Amino acid sequence: MRFRSPLRTARGLGSARHGVNAWWGQRASALALVPLSIWLTASLISLAGATHAHFSAWVGTPVNAVAMLLLLGVAFYHLKGGLDVVIEDYVHTEWRKRMTRTASTFAVVAAAAASGFAVLKLALT
Amino acid sequence: MVQFTLPKNSKIGAGKTVPAPPGAKAVRTFRIYRWNPDEGGNPTLDAFEVDTTDCPMVLDALIKIKNETDATLTFRRSCREGMCGSCAMNVDGTNTLACIKPIADVSGEIRVYPLPHLPVIKDLVPDLTTFFAQYASIQPWLQSETAAPMRERLQSPEDRAALDGSWECILCACCSTSCPSYWWNGDRFLGPATLLQAHRWLTDSRDEHTGDRLDYLEDPHRLYRCHTIMNCVAACPKGLNPAKAIAEIKKMLLERQS
Repeated sequence: MRFRSPLRTARGLGSARHGVNAWWGQRASALALVPLSIWLTASLISLAGATHAHFSAWVGTPVNAVAMLLLLGVAFYHLKGGLDVVIEDYVHTEWRKRMTRTASTFAVVAAAAASGFAVLKLALT
Repeated sequence: MVQFTLPKNSKIGAGKTVPAPPGAKAVRTFRIYRWNPDEGGNPTLDAFEVDTTDCPMVLDALIKIKNETDATLTFRRSCREGMCGSCAMNVDGTNTLACIKPIADVSGEIRVYPLPHLPVIKDLVPDLTTFFAQYASIQPWLQSETAAPMRERLQSPEDRAALDGSWECILCACCSTSCPSYWWNGDRFLGPATLLQAHRWLTDSRDEHTGDRLDYLEDPHRLYRCHTIMNCVAACPKGLNPAKAIAEIKKMLLERQS
């Protein structure tokens, strides 16, 4: 028997006083991904059958390199926000939720760093 | 982790079948969730064949079963005209008020369950303690520092109109218990019904605690578990739109930052 009022349970630990930035960040990044994804799809179609040298030259132009880095940054930011929401929805044990979120953050940051490095290597060599 | 299947003690078994009396007309079969805490065991799905000649609505048939066939059948009901919200239950797969759900709208057998994902007290009666505690937590009353006037607090017709779509809510819990986010996180997510009422007080031109109310709501679990699944809108027997109210709260939180 837990002698706690239902209102105490409903109020819990109080408001975290955040959430609006994460929510808006998901929407803003989704919006940014629309033109970037169209650009990437069109570029990949035009690059079909390109050699490694041709592709390196393409990604070496300032516009393409910057657009590619932007796309990666925004996509990984969006992925991170999405994963957080899924974890918050479905993982309920506090330590497991904390560990899963931390691990997913590490994985996303590592993947973003590796992708960024690949673009820079192709573009600058 | 979230639980996608029913726990062992909630799995529903086959129950008894009560045939219609001889000479019955317009016979329809009602399959009704039964669970009695005094007997324990697992819940069952009992079948009642009912003469629905004088039963236009699902609640009429439930009352007929209770009066004429099985007095132990337990459910809440009061007004019988969609005003009190007592007889909220899951009929034919959708949360609704049994008193305004026509039997003719359901084809085949009529399946009646309690509101989903709540502890069951008995048969079709769910435990709404947390639901109402969450409603109380948003302090659903007018809060004002300005001294009370000697007459009514005035509102313009436009300000009053802003409350339309909120005040009609009868807190039947059909929307909240149809929401998957509320199923998975009902202990922390306030749910569509409570958030609709939170919005009702946020938009009330006479209330002076808008900022405090927004502070209380700005939380990844209390508010942002809403993923606009829209089950709440589909389920609301009063035709209200809690999802829109929740979106308005999110807009207000964004507005006060910019």
